[in-house]
Amino acid sequence: MIVDVNFVGLIIASIMASAVPLILASCGELITERSGVLNLGVEGMMIIGAISGFALMTVTGSLIIAVFGAMLAGVLISTIFAFLTQTLITNHVATGLALTIFGIGISAMIGKNFVGIPGKEFPVLFEGLKDTIPLLSPILFGHSIVFYFAFALPFITSYFLKKTKIGLIVRAVGDSPESASNQGINVRFVRYACILYGGAMCGLAGAYLSMIYTPQWIENMTGGRGWIALALVVFSTWNPIKILIGAMIFGGLTIIQFHMQAIGVRIPVQFLTALPYIVTIIVLVVISRDSRKIRLSTPSSLGKSFHKDN
Amino acid sequence: MIKIVKRDQPSKAIFFFTPVLAIFLTLIAGGIIFYILGFKPFEALKFFFIVPIADKYGFSELLLKATPLCLIAIGLSFCFKSNNWNIGAEGQLTFGAIVSGGVALLFYDQEGFYILPIVILAGAIGGMIYASIPAILKTYFNTNEILVSLMLVYVSKLILDYLVVGPWSNPEGFNFPETRQFSDSARLPLLFEGLRIHAGIFLALAAVVISWFVFYKTYLGFQMKVSGFSLKTAKYAGYKGKKMIILVFLISGACAGLAGVGEITGPIGQLHREVSPDYGFTAIIVAFLGRLHPVGIIFASLVVAITYLGAETAQIFMQIPKYTGQVFQGMILFFLLASDYLLFFKFKFIGSKK
Repeated sequence: MIVDVNFVGLIIASIMASAVPLILASCGELITERSGVLNLGVEGMMIIGAISGFALMTVTGSLIIAVFGAMLAGVLISTIFAFLTQTLITNHVATGLALTIFGIGISAMIGKNFVGIPGKEFPVLFEGLKDTIPLLSPILFGHSIVFYFAFALPFITSYFLKKTKIGLIVRAVGDSPESASNQGINVRFVRYACILYGGAMCGLAGAYLSMIYTPQWIENMTGGRGWIALALVVFSTWNPIKILIGAMIFGGLTIIQFHMQAIGVRIPVQFLTALPYIVTIIVLVVISRDSRKIRLSTPSSLGKSFHKDN
Repeated sequence: MIKIVKRDQPSKAIFFFTPVLAIFLTLIAGGIIFYILGFKPFEALKFFFIVPIADKYGFSELLLKATPLCLIAIGLSFCFKSNNWNIGAEGQLTFGAIVSGGVALLFYDQEGFYILPIVILAGAIGGMIYASIPAILKTYFNTNEILVSLMLVYVSKLILDYLVVGPWSNPEGFNFPETRQFSDSARLPLLFEGLRIHAGIFLALAAVVISWFVFYKTYLGFQMKVSGFSLKTAKYAGYKGKKMIILVFLISGACAGLAGVGEITGPIGQLHREVSPDYGFTAIIVAFLGRLHPVGIIFASLVVAITYLGAETAQIFMQIPKYTGQVFQGMILFFLLASDYLLFFKFKFIGSKK
């Protein structure tokens, strides 16, 4: 059997494309969690980003406004979460759940008028180079700018956390808010900033889904990706580079589904669709089994409220 | 000048007052949202919260929707009280419905008094089996129960989908994604002629009474309370943490499974793709709004059930999108959590004169 190398390249490229929203949302949530905040509202922020991006694109016709608008929408909705958890010191888990329920409701409400409207074509970069190198060309060239940004993001995030002063401050706030506070760091401000940044990345992840990956608005179109992104952060043991690996595995599972159906493997379609969720559980079990390793890499104050008495 | 001062002790009066405040704030915010969407706020709120329950039929529908919410929320309160974040009740409900539905289908052409109890028991067991997965993984493999229980929701819905499309689909059903109708013996009896409210409400009421007894009159309830406040204290006191985690998950799974039975043997009467309009998720809000207190949960389930009915009514009469219901549910939880601030802090008015 002769395998067309370009076909292999295309499959890898499609796996990478389906990994993009997971990478964006996970890297955003990773920064939030590194500052000690557990935001379970990823799914809600993503879906808000998806509808905002699509709606702005349809109404204004501008892709730039749409992409940045979606990020801004993510920031705005995460502000609710930040205000509640940081200023009013509410429980992170419950507030995050409320954010997801609220986000799905609001997005469906806004999205009612945008169902069935076709999306716009999103410009791709380096299209002229598509046929130059076998195997690598489809992987490297002809993707949207968001795609390239997503694959750079884990490295940027890693550099930010390890090498920059602000990154160090974020880690200090997450690992020991008391000492950070004693050093004169405004813990609440840092956490606010990290939550809003996470919101922006989730908004972008949603916009990628509704504007680039499947350019249309479908209710609930994030389909649990926000929760998988949350699981990926645990999977990565809070290391951005490992998010890349995890997201590729899950992207692969999604793509395999389509190809197994296409070549006529007689497995019920529902089983294949369930595969990413089941694999997530298995992976979580494998990762978490070593409780010492998890304890070493988890931000020590994750999910715990910090309140400084004035 | 206003100064914010920390209370010495959380205020008990405010503990039960804030849910009412949260509902009130939700109504105001809801009115504003309706106004932004271009509807008359008062008329919209009337169609949302008053019209649906203005007659006998509406009231029966209210109880019909409140029953599963109350039942699931009671179960969840066992978990939440003891610091276990089971957010996959929707999956436990679905799996309970699958198991009990499967048993009901075995008896589809038979009648007999013994069928219904077996079907109900099967549902509770199904919910327990499904809830035991995150519980066992949490206790023995240290796995995060939030993510596992949630992932299992998606899996359960896909299992149900597979069954009703494939092996369990009605052979005389023209390939519709649904099973045969259950026999009358497998259906929960209706309470009144012409209304849909069924005997499942007694399951919910029984759960309320039993949970009240367990919470406030037993050693187990005390242990749960202590673990909820501080896991370290619980460990120090020598409570068997692992056993309790599994127990509370089983209880809450059983409740969710029973809610699933109530749906398929009550109003639905067969299995199809959508056995629950996200009751399992909404019940999380009910549990919090009811302050994890059995009596509070009864009231909370009635309030939240209105958002289901109101969304339907408002859509029919005013073309308000039905998702407004979910938006209201999210807002209730936001406002409730926010008003908890008053539990721990108070505003002190300080005169400008010294």
